[in-house]
Amino acid sequence: MQPVAITQHTLATAIGIGRAATLAALRAGRTGLAPNQFLDAGLQGWIGEVEGVDAVVLPARLNEFDCRNNRLAWLTLEQDGFIDAVAKARARWGAERVGVFLGTSTSGLLQTELAYRHRQPDGSLPEGFRYAPTQNTYSVAAFASAALDLEGPSFVVSTACSSSAKVFGNAARMMAAGLIDAAVVGGVDSLCLTTLYGFNSLELLSSDICRPWDAGRRGLSIGEGASFALLERDADAPQGWLLGIGESNDGHHMSTPHPEGAGAIAAMRAALASAALQPQDIDYINLHGTATPSNDAAEDRAVAAVFGTRTPCSSTKGATGHTLGAAGGVEALICLLALQHGLMPGGLNVQTPDPQLQLNYLRENRAAPLRAILSNSFGFGGTNASLVLGAA
Amino acid sequence: MTTLAPMFIQGIGLLGPGLPSWPDSQATLRGDSPHQFVPTVLSPPPRLPPAERRRAGAVIRLAMAVAEEAIAHARVDPQTLATVFSSSGGEGSNCHSLCETLASPNPLISPTRFTNSVHNAASGYWHIAVGSRHTSTSLCAYDGSFGAGLIEAATLMHTNGEPLLLVAYDLPYPEPLNSVRPLPDNLGVALVLTSAPSLGGQSRSIAELRVEPLPARLAAPVATCGDVSLDALRTGMPAGAALPMLQGLARGVDGAACEMVLDYLPHLKLKIRLAAPFI
Repeated sequence: MQPVAITQHTLATAIGIGRAATLAALRAGRTGLAPNQFLDAGLQGWIGEVEGVDAVVLPARLNEFDCRNNRLAWLTLEQDGFIDAVAKARARWGAERVGVFLGTSTSGLLQTELAYRHRQPDGSLPEGFRYAPTQNTYSVAAFASAALDLEGPSFVVSTACSSSAKVFGNAARMMAAGLIDAAVVGGVDSLCLTTLYGFNSLELLSSDICRPWDAGRRGLSIGEGASFALLERDADAPQGWLLGIGESNDGHHMSTPHPEGAGAIAAMRAALASAALQPQDIDYINLHGTATPSNDAAEDRAVAAVFGTRTPCSSTKGATGHTLGAAGGVEALICLLALQHGLMPGGLNVQTPDPQLQLNYLRENRAAPLRAILSNSFGFGGTNASLVLGAA
Repeated sequence: MTTLAPMFIQGIGLLGPGLPSWPDSQATLRGDSPHQFVPTVLSPPPRLPPAERRRAGAVIRLAMAVAEEAIAHARVDPQTLATVFSSSGGEGSNCHSLCETLASPNPLISPTRFTNSVHNAASGYWHIAVGSRHTSTSLCAYDGSFGAGLIEAATLMHTNGEPLLLVAYDLPYPEPLNSVRPLPDNLGVALVLTSAPSLGGQSRSIAELRVEPLPARLAAPVATCGDVSLDALRTGMPAGAALPMLQGLARGVDGAACEMVLDYLPHLKLKIRLAAPFI
């Protein structure tokens, strides 16, 4: 594919709000995970909560969108000059030529979960409950389009944990087809009861902090996160490049990855082909690395099948938790920070490396000039996406 | 805006109230007989193995029913198709049941209910059932979800030319959500689309379809269905946005090409052009 310029980007997770805080936490090897105290969810486990989301106040004109997911979106949009950068792109290309494609798995569903606790005597939802701007899966893209005054094509991709990786592909294709000249991509997923209790019901939540690539890993820690990237047809001073994307399906099982990672292999190979790069051109791989026994084992085999076992790699979910539908975008932008600052982030929380896993898994940060990075995101329903990002 | 490469419609699936299948809806769509609102009947998908078939809720039944009809109509191997699934909200009854359980103290939710709650559940079950590793996406744009699916399908076709299956489907919520998001029934629409007019030596396609996004201020008014009851489905169900196009296809495109505007977003519409496929 024709490389696409990334002209501005920002993110927020439990390790920090904005690029500087995120980079500082990565440099310090600091996790944002803490024992679960979210609402009254009495589940033993660790979660990655973004600080201060509850206190965010949306601008009055966007009030109807008020819910945790859109507060997290707004908190993030306000970082790193993102809104100004979009305003410049809007002025340059026209509001109708800038698309909005965001990933989420649960959008503002927490709003509905809480409303069900406060149903009126006749069973109806509490006064003032608004479905479209909060619960509906599209609400986060409707919110971002309204907040940024954009009128191009927009939709939400909701393919579970690959959602906000896949949107980079939607934007790149629409640019290639000439429908748009720029796009806001990324994703937002905020803590809610459905995912906490849901992953618990599947016995995929770790009661301990998540430990990707550890011999004793017991599952994931859920986090929340948001990321926004501005992609443009061309740029004088891009912050980095989207070089390639590969997407595939496992066609195997709803909640368990293919044991040999067949779909993951197809996605990584397609991403390399789309970037016109060879495996040895990739300097670092940001793994999906959820810390479930089956994901890490399957991903280890899949990455080894494509890259061999020498390429340095790690999962940053030990720091951020698994931000689900936001993970692909968050990790793509962590990769962009890695490219900009020559930093391969070490994977946190490993006590005993799993001797069954063969990849060159980094447990400490490593400094090196980086040119190209691959980022993996795999989701329920067997959806796989791999991105290749390049240095400016 | 730029014109996208044409697509060719090879197969159609349709299931909704008073629209029991594509062939059995022809007279209604052509306007030969008035639309009657007969609730949709959803059946377990025969393609799924027995255990999965039992677990398959309404969303799987609806999406797979129209997908099956479209691939049978196109006489295409579903393993060869990329897929675009698009829905405003997935399975309403499943969402309601989860929210009810989560409102109780110490909730224990069913792993199957949780797995089926993901927006891409229908796509996941479909790709498992047909054994396909081709790319798939699952989209949502609220009332514009059909338009989102169509513009993504047209963009995919323009950029890589591979045959694909587009499935748009919406299901109602039970109360209390039905009051805040009233959807009258289930409605699903599926299209098998290719970049070439014929599909592997089979008979010629149904029609050529061109899609062009247009800002609302530049677009003609959105096409309506004529029949009041059918038009209520067009405006009342997100997948109903496809109905004017299906009416055009039911009336046939062997004469003059037909152009119309379909609804997508408040500020963006989709102008489409249906024509006889040129071979």
